[in-house]
Amino acid sequence: MKDIKSILEKRILVLDGAMGTMIQRHDLEEEDFRKGWFEDHGQPLKGNNDLLSLTRPEIIKEIHAQYFEAGADIVETNTFSGTTIAQADYALESAVYDINFHSAKIAREVADEFTAREPQKPRFVAGSIGPTNRTASISPDVNDPGFRAITFEELGTAYKQQVEALMDGGVDILLVETVFDTLNAKAALFAIDEVFEERDVKLPIMVSGTITDQSGRTLTGQTTDAFLISVAHMDLLTVGLNCALGASMMRPYLQVLDKNAPFGVSAHPNAGLPNEFGEYDETPEMMAEQIKEFLSEGLVNIIGGCCGTTPEHIAAIAELAKEYSPRQLEVHV
Amino acid sequence: MSKVTLKLSGLEPLIVTPESNFVNVGERTNVTGSRKFLRLIKEDLYDEALSVAREQVEGGAQIIDINMDEGMIDGKEAMVRFLNLIAAEPDIARVPIMIDSSKWEIIEAGLQCIQGKGVVNSISLKEGEESFIAQAKKIKRYGAAVIVMAFDEKGQADSYERRIEICERSYRILVDVVGFAKDDIIFDPNIFPVATGMEEHNNNALDFFNATKWIRENLPGAHVSGGVSNVSFSFRGNNVVREAMHAAFLYHAIQNGMDMGIVNPSMLEVYDDVDKELMEYVEDVLLNRRDDATERLLEFAETVRGEGKKREVDLSWRETTVQERLAHALVKGIADFVDEDVEECRHLYERPIEVIEGPLMDGMNIVGDLFGSGKMFLPQVVKSARVMKKAVAYLLPYIEAEKDGKQSSAGKVLMATVKGDVHDIGKNIVGVVLGCNNYEIIDLGVMVPSEKIIEEAVKNNVDIIGLSGLITPSLDEMVTVAKEMERADLNVPLIIGGATTSRVHTAVKIEEHFTKDQTVHVLDASRSVTVVESLLGKRKDAFVKDIRAEYEKIREHHAKSRSAKKVISIDEARNNKLKINWAEFTPKVPNKLGITEVKVTVSDLRPYIDWTPFFRTWELAGKYPNILEDEVVGVEAKRLFEDALEMLAKIEKERWLEHKGVVGLFPANSVGDDIEIYEDDQREKVLYKQCAMRQQSKKASGVPNIALSDFIAPKETGLRDYIGGFAVTSGLGIEKKVEAFEKNHDDYNSILVKALADRLAEAFAEYLHEKVRKELWGYAAEEKFSNEELIKESYKGIRPAPGYPACPDHTEKIGLFELLDATRITGVSLTDSLAMMPAASVSGWYFGHPEAKYFGIGKIAKDQVASIAERKGLELAEMERWLSSSML
Repeated sequence: MKDIKSILEKRILVLDGAMGTMIQRHDLEEEDFRKGWFEDHGQPLKGNNDLLSLTRPEIIKEIHAQYFEAGADIVETNTFSGTTIAQADYALESAVYDINFHSAKIAREVADEFTAREPQKPRFVAGSIGPTNRTASISPDVNDPGFRAITFEELGTAYKQQVEALMDGGVDILLVETVFDTLNAKAALFAIDEVFEERDVKLPIMVSGTITDQSGRTLTGQTTDAFLISVAHMDLLTVGLNCALGASMMRPYLQVLDKNAPFGVSAHPNAGLPNEFGEYDETPEMMAEQIKEFLSEGLVNIIGGCCGTTPEHIAAIAELAKEYSPRQLEVHV
Repeated sequence: MSKVTLKLSGLEPLIVTPESNFVNVGERTNVTGSRKFLRLIKEDLYDEALSVAREQVEGGAQIIDINMDEGMIDGKEAMVRFLNLIAAEPDIARVPIMIDSSKWEIIEAGLQCIQGKGVVNSISLKEGEESFIAQAKKIKRYGAAVIVMAFDEKGQADSYERRIEICERSYRILVDVVGFAKDDIIFDPNIFPVATGMEEHNNNALDFFNATKWIRENLPGAHVSGGVSNVSFSFRGNNVVREAMHAAFLYHAIQNGMDMGIVNPSMLEVYDDVDKELMEYVEDVLLNRRDDATERLLEFAETVRGEGKKREVDLSWRETTVQERLAHALVKGIADFVDEDVEECRHLYERPIEVIEGPLMDGMNIVGDLFGSGKMFLPQVVKSARVMKKAVAYLLPYIEAEKDGKQSSAGKVLMATVKGDVHDIGKNIVGVVLGCNNYEIIDLGVMVPSEKIIEEAVKNNVDIIGLSGLITPSLDEMVTVAKEMERADLNVPLIIGGATTSRVHTAVKIEEHFTKDQTVHVLDASRSVTVVESLLGKRKDAFVKDIRAEYEKIREHHAKSRSAKKVISIDEARNNKLKINWAEFTPKVPNKLGITEVKVTVSDLRPYIDWTPFFRTWELAGKYPNILEDEVVGVEAKRLFEDALEMLAKIEKERWLEHKGVVGLFPANSVGDDIEIYEDDQREKVLYKQCAMRQQSKKASGVPNIALSDFIAPKETGLRDYIGGFAVTSGLGIEKKVEAFEKNHDDYNSILVKALADRLAEAFAEYLHEKVRKELWGYAAEEKFSNEELIKESYKGIRPAPGYPACPDHTEKIGLFELLDATRITGVSLTDSLAMMPAASVSGWYFGHPEAKYFGIGKIAKDQVASIAERKGLELAEMERWLSSSML
């Protein structure tokens, strides 16, 4: 594997776009989520997209390929919900290893094909580690603010399983993303550090938070700079922002990261905000226009897309990224 | 100094750069440092505990230190719960958290709750490198900074060399082995007290400064922190000096590179505002600039105390806001302006009750905290309570004018001195202290029969009942109350206090009779709050479980030691009586036989006052006069003493109290264990037969089993011996004064006048004893003793009092009083339990033989009780009741 860190200093790397949006194009039915793996499972599984890496791997592979084709350097594994905590909703805790291992494996295969084809542009696989559907810093019960539906330890255990399977499947990078509760992210980082120590291997880590409103805070109330300080104990490849806001609204917070982060900075915004039908209607051109602004300011090292983005969006972004230099990492003593 | 940046976060960042000012860590959310916070946690009052955290953040704390290390609480659970609750409070959670514990388990649990980057306080090499490395690694993984104490396997660093040795070693391990970020390392090189009088402490501050400088110069990245108030520990009680010391210490520490610390902002003077002369002395001490620095500062501190007094009439505090003025008045115990301030405040709040719940309770909370942390003493607290009561009394009519004007209290406590007993100083102090902690006190006064206690408890729906008593028969009365509570099905806790009460008595005699709730013995007023809080709080079950286990153990131990105690038969004991060589003794014929009435004034008694017990009444420990110079309580003792002298002058000048006494000197001879007291020297008519009790425990050979009768020549010797009796009181007229004070909500002076009356009565007894020795009896006409020697009882002869160790039998008082016609002459009467009324009274016997000495009867057996009952012509059962506390 080429050293991604050194590439990062030379050019802006492009991350892929949305997985969900692409899957939706396929009009899948319940049986697509069961085929060959979960035929007799007692609960409906439709919508549990991570399972498709097992039941319809060709679709996932195709999506990865489309993004690489569009110019992405990095694709994310189809494992956003690949923890026992998220899979508990489907009673599929037992499928977690397979989901992560096979998702990593198929992404790896596609990436290797592309790298073989274009050795001067090596392609990478980032293991996607989502926030789970529980939060360690907020009580789900308004009458009992001290209550917690999940503990740090439970999160740590779940993340550790996911990380091990992703690494077994051959990912290049671990991407802790859509962080709405920094404590969840810290549990993921804690698990990653443990696995690294046990295996005596280190992979580059990306952490990407989510600013949910225009006050510039995460769901659990942290400002962007507080969020940065809270995850900076790990030696990260990049720290960044994704989801929630569109590109233009993300810009002030990317400036905060740019100013303070001792790591690379990443951004993968949504294609704008969802409309009244829950659809993202920012066109590739519209999105590229906004992204251009922060590329020209030299705010980021990695750029990609989140909800609502497609290979067309990524193609537009990739075109743009070629024209700008990456953010310069200040050398810290 | 290298450019270092410590970055921490709550919801918002805290970035410490060399340019930033000193980072102030909030210290009130610490159960080991704040009694209030401990109480809130113990009682499960997490909402209020959160407001403590909030106040600190609002008050400018940049980090809040949270500590839950206390034996009575589950520290881990409390830490997790509190941190989780803080996470839901954005105005608190915005600052970084310092997780403070000596237990790794609690630290780790805390680290799992904070989304920001906090600080662990602390780890050290105390347990060796292995655990140090393991903990540091974990902390790094959790993403926190760490405070490292200068502590290693050999102990805590107490010199410059040890400090830098340990800090360097810790640093190298953290950086080289663990890979800890240099900026995230904070050293606490131990702030120790100076001016302790011990030479080895003289360099404590200087060593800290130098070590700080060394750390900042030699350990790149590392920060230095510390708890500043430690340094002035020996000046507890003298805030002028303490504040100056803190200012000077901080100034020098910061100059040397300390960039973080725990400082109570209210205990900090501005460096430049400190009196120049004081600052010079303080810095002499801190920098160890002169050999006599400590002495000079101590000396100067005295004069500052004087100025501190002057400050009291300094009215500049009147210029602050009304809320601040109320807080000031409460903390300082100044009642002068309370009505006008409360009146002003009343208009600022919608409802009068809010004045109580707001500024007044805030002020009392400060008082509670200060008392809990040893920064205020009982007399001050009682004065604060006086201000509070006055304020509440002012508001009461307005509150009652409202329909639903309810005052919320922490609980209702019924208090009573039991039937037959009149002693209430201790009870009143407990009432005041509980009142300060927001308990509603229903005080039934003295001599309260059990029916009344039960009736009032039910009527007022009280949460707890407290019984008090001083004389031994009260112990029995308490058992009666416990039994009655059981019968009445009163399921509220029962607390027992008073001089003769004990844990053992409570465990062995009272607890078993009352099963509806828990009975607990409380040693003194300062402990009463903790006990009541525990009994009314959510952790009651655990507390009760502990108490029950403890009392069970006491009972077992008691049963064992009881069976192990060797008692001989009364006949054997009599055979081993004290043998005085009567052949060589010529009894002195009293100069004035018969009864003498005595009237004295305060000026007669003043030189005989023993002040030490007076301070003990106020829970100030130490001997008079040294107590006035005591490091810890000296200032308060002095203030109290001044108040006492002032009141004493009024007692004298305005004749608040009447002092009456009676002495009787009579011919007497012993007959067996009895002492026959004769009408005249014909020795034919027995006026009264004193039935002395005799020690009955097994003695070593040559050691006698003594009875008071051994000090009187036996009839068969033919010697014409004599005995005396006396009764004095200084309590006549006290009720009027007490009433007046209480009407004015002035517990302080009400307790003060009672304590003084007690002292005067004791002084009266001492005065009279001397008069008897020198004049009325005259067996020691030549003696000359100083007051001190009198207190040490260096003189010949004794004056044992019925109800006390040498004659525990209270019923002797009946005969004594009849013999002296004491009630008519002195106005002192006896209650059902044979307590003297007024309480400030003393009575006893005079024995003049040079070998007469004070002793304790100890435990006696039933055979002696039967013998006494027979001699006195009383029913055995009744005698047993009176002597129960002396019986095995």
